[in-house]
Amino acid sequence: MISLLSKIGGRTIDSVWRIGSIMRFFMLVLANSGTSFSRFGLVRREIFFSGVMSLIIILVSGLFIGMVLGLQGFETLQKYGAEETMGVLVALSLLREMGPVVTALLFASRAGSAITAEIGLMKATEQLKAMDMMAVNPIARVVAPRLWAGIISMPLLAALFSAMGIFGGYLIAVLMVGIDSGVFWSNMEAAVSFRYDVLNGFVKSVVFGVAVSVIATFEGYDCTPTAEGVSAATTRTVVSSALTVLLLDLILTAFMLRGL
Amino acid sequence: MRYFLKYPLNPAETKNLVEIANVDFAYGKRAILKGISLNVPRGKVVAIMGGSGCGKTTLLRLIGGQLTPTSGTLRVDGQNVADLDQAGLYSMRRKMGMLFQFGALFSDLSVFDNVAFQLREHTNLPEKMIADLVHMKLNAVGLRGTANLMPAELSGGMARRVALARAVALDPALVLYDEPFAGLDPISLAVVGQLIRHLNDALGATSILVTHDVMESLQIVDYLYFVSEGKIVGEGTPDEIRASELPFVKQFVHGERDGPVPFHYPAQDYAKQLGLPK
Repeated sequence: MISLLSKIGGRTIDSVWRIGSIMRFFMLVLANSGTSFSRFGLVRREIFFSGVMSLIIILVSGLFIGMVLGLQGFETLQKYGAEETMGVLVALSLLREMGPVVTALLFASRAGSAITAEIGLMKATEQLKAMDMMAVNPIARVVAPRLWAGIISMPLLAALFSAMGIFGGYLIAVLMVGIDSGVFWSNMEAAVSFRYDVLNGFVKSVVFGVAVSVIATFEGYDCTPTAEGVSAATTRTVVSSALTVLLLDLILTAFMLRGL
Repeated sequence: MRYFLKYPLNPAETKNLVEIANVDFAYGKRAILKGISLNVPRGKVVAIMGGSGCGKTTLLRLIGGQLTPTSGTLRVDGQNVADLDQAGLYSMRRKMGMLFQFGALFSDLSVFDNVAFQLREHTNLPEKMIADLVHMKLNAVGLRGTANLMPAELSGGMARRVALARAVALDPALVLYDEPFAGLDPISLAVVGQLIRHLNDALGATSILVTHDVMESLQIVDYLYFVSEGKIVGEGTPDEIRASELPFVKQFVHGERDGPVPFHYPAQDYAKQLGLPK
């Protein structure tokens, strides 16, 4: 019993330490972000690798999820004779929740894991030490551009995901079910608020972008510099990012919903 | 436009570029270095030799300021390394070049960009001049033709030579070599050895080699220190070392199986472990 308690206590202390280390690391990266903005080319290059290279998976997933939402929505809405509001259902689901959340989960598995593996391998092959010995701060030169690239890419990818999802919903609603195109769009326009839906979704995607990028860069920088260490760090990035994104989503949604 | 280094070299000169006095270092409770004292005079190539795990790479890390001594003083170009903050440390490292054991080339940059890295980070030279300097450094190591290759396309020996060109890109006053001969074939080994000597003399630099390759070192260095169990156990010029009768130096230079460095790792009695009667 005592050993179980001490194990739980130990794990809790370790977790709190780790969260503290991640926050300190985040502050350190922020303090060393000057180079990222004075030489924006470094960030632009990373936006290409984490943002542009994630486009295919984001766009295709967005399209499929929008189509699935359309099909499921139609199934339920037609029971109440409300199938003409399919556009509203698809748009609100995507803008408020699925766009930012699913994009963050996909971004963590596609780009986050790649960032962790890249920084981890740079550490394992002494590239970070070599850079430090050349009087170039690896936090400023390697970590900060990747962090900012993630923060910039995430909301853009989430917007594209939602746009593709709405297009997928449109294909199902208008081309398959036969809802009038004008009704589909005008219902959506009337029900979607820029302030409460689009902007809140944007805020969520920025917060998730920060969370995933900080976790991915931290895990890479902090990993044990061996093959197993890099592999474990990559797994941790995907698992921690997914849990953090879902927890943050719960907290943000609770704050954002009107009437609570 | 100014074509100078952003940070000038320290004009104050001491006789020894590196002075280490009574330096101790420990990882937690595990003592690695115990009262090491050594000097590296300007313009010389000095080797620090010893078996694997004797603390010689740690010593190199201490000189580069990546680790701080537990006690004792370590001066580079007259400055106590332990007293330097990050800006001071980076200012000192701009006068240093370091060759890592396996090159540590940046795998996402081409050979050209690897050698140009420090020139772009620390100087405001125009790109044309950087290109000329990079080609000169690559030519010095015989690899001008590889400028457009990626590090993954190079053999181990070539990667080491590119890393050498990168280490001397800013004409450093001090070059640190961590196991420069490890894993090289005899031809690459001789090439790298000669390059270390040649570059040191051509640049007017000072070099410190950490290695366990005795034969190659004896041919190219001016002075050798032997480290065992965290202490200096022998030192001298190559001729003195060849003739040395010190037990550790003799065992190391002649590659003898047993001696002060025992063949067997400490263990319980062999017969007892096998359950044999005494």
